[in-house]
Amino acid sequence: MTMLHTVNKSPFERNTLTSCISMAQSGSAVLLIEDGIFASLKGTSVSDKVSKAMGSISFYVLGPDLNARGMTEDQLIDGIKVVDYEGFVDLTAEHDNVQAWL
Amino acid sequence: MKYGLLINEGPYQHQAVDSAYQFAKAAIAKGHEVFRVFFYHDGVNAATDFAVPPQDDRNITQQWVKLAEENNIDMVVCIAAAQRRGILDVNEAERQGKRGDNIAPVFRISGLGQLVEAGIECDRLLTFGD
Amino acid sequence: MAEPWEDEVEGPVKKFMFVNRKAPYGTIYALESLEVVLITAAFDQDVSLVFSDDGVYQIKKGQVTDGIGMKNFSPTYRALEGYDVEKLYVDKESLDERGLTEDDLLVDVEVLSRAELGKLMDEQDTIMSF
Repeated sequence: MTMLHTVNKSPFERNTLTSCISMAQSGSAVLLIEDGIFASLKGTSVSDKVSKAMGSISFYVLGPDLNARGMTEDQLIDGIKVVDYEGFVDLTAEHDNVQAWL
Repeated sequence: MKYGLLINEGPYQHQAVDSAYQFAKAAIAKGHEVFRVFFYHDGVNAATDFAVPPQDDRNITQQWVKLAEENNIDMVVCIAAAQRRGILDVNEAERQGKRGDNIAPVFRISGLGQLVEAGIECDRLLTFGD
Repeated sequence: MAEPWEDEVEGPVKKFMFVNRKAPYGTIYALESLEVVLITAAFDQDVSLVFSDDGVYQIKKGQVTDGIGMKNFSPTYRALEGYDVEKLYVDKESLDERGLTEDDLLVDVEVLSRAELGKLMDEQDTIMSF
C-alpha cells in the first residue's frame, strides 16, 4: 500500500512535517498544501531535511497555494513537483490511501 | 473514485473549507463522485445561512450550496458539534426552544454515524483541518 | 435486545485508525475525536488509536480540570475497552521528548517506534486526523 500524506501547516510553526517524514514509509508521497508549502522552498532551515527525505519519499507541492503565498516554481527544492487541484485528486487516486497531518 | 471529505475547521478562520471545496470541484471535474462532505468541530459553522462576507470576497457557504445542489453531494453537519456551536435546523431550534434556525439549505444535521459510513463506503476519505 | 446500529452492520469491516497529535483542553480535538472513536466502534469496525506528538498528553494520568471549568473527559479513555477498542498505540519518541513513560499513562497502550507506527498506518483502510 502506498500512502499520500498531506501536510498543511508551516514547518516553522509546527512539527507536523517532521512527524510526517518520520512515519512515512519508503515509496509514499507527501503533498504540501496551504501553509505547508513553505517546506518546499530552497534555502530555509528545513530544506536539507526535505531533500534528505526525498531519497525515499516523493514530494509534491500544490501550485495554487504556492502562488497565493508569493512563491514561484524556481524557488523550489530540486525534484519537488508542482500539481494543481486536479493533480491533487490524481495523487489521491494513484495512492492506496490518504493521511492528513494537521 | 468515490470520495468522502471531512472538514474540521470553520470558514474563513482556516483554509480547510476552501481547500476541501477546491478539491471537491476538481474531483468532480475529473469525473469522480463526491459522496459526502462531513462537517465536524468548527466545520459546522460552514453551514450557517447568515454569513454576510464582503461583496468582493467569496461566500464559502453559498459556494458549497451551489456545488452540492449541482452534483448531488450529501452535506452532513454533525449534530453534537452543531449543538455546541449553535447551528440549528428548524427541528432542532424547535426542540431546543431557540428563537430561530440558521442552517443553510442542502446541509442536513445528522450523527457521527454518517462519517463512519462515509469511511466505510468511500474509496478515499480526506481530512481538511488545522 | 440488539441496539439499532447492531442491526445495520452486515457489511464490510474496515480498519479505521484515529491519529491524535494534539494536547487536550487547549483545543477541542481530543474530546470530539473520542466521540468519533466510540461511534466507529459501535459500527463494529476495526479501530486503532494512535497517540503521537502532543496527543500523548490526552492519556496522561491525573487530569484535574476544575480550575479551568472544563469537563475532565480522560476517564472515557478507560471506558474504550468496554467498547472493544483495545488497540491503543503510543509513539515512543513522543513520550521521550516529553519526559513521559508508560507509567504516566492512564490506560494500557502498546508503545511503538515511529517506524513501526508508520507501517501500521500503511495497513489501514481509513485514517482520520483531528
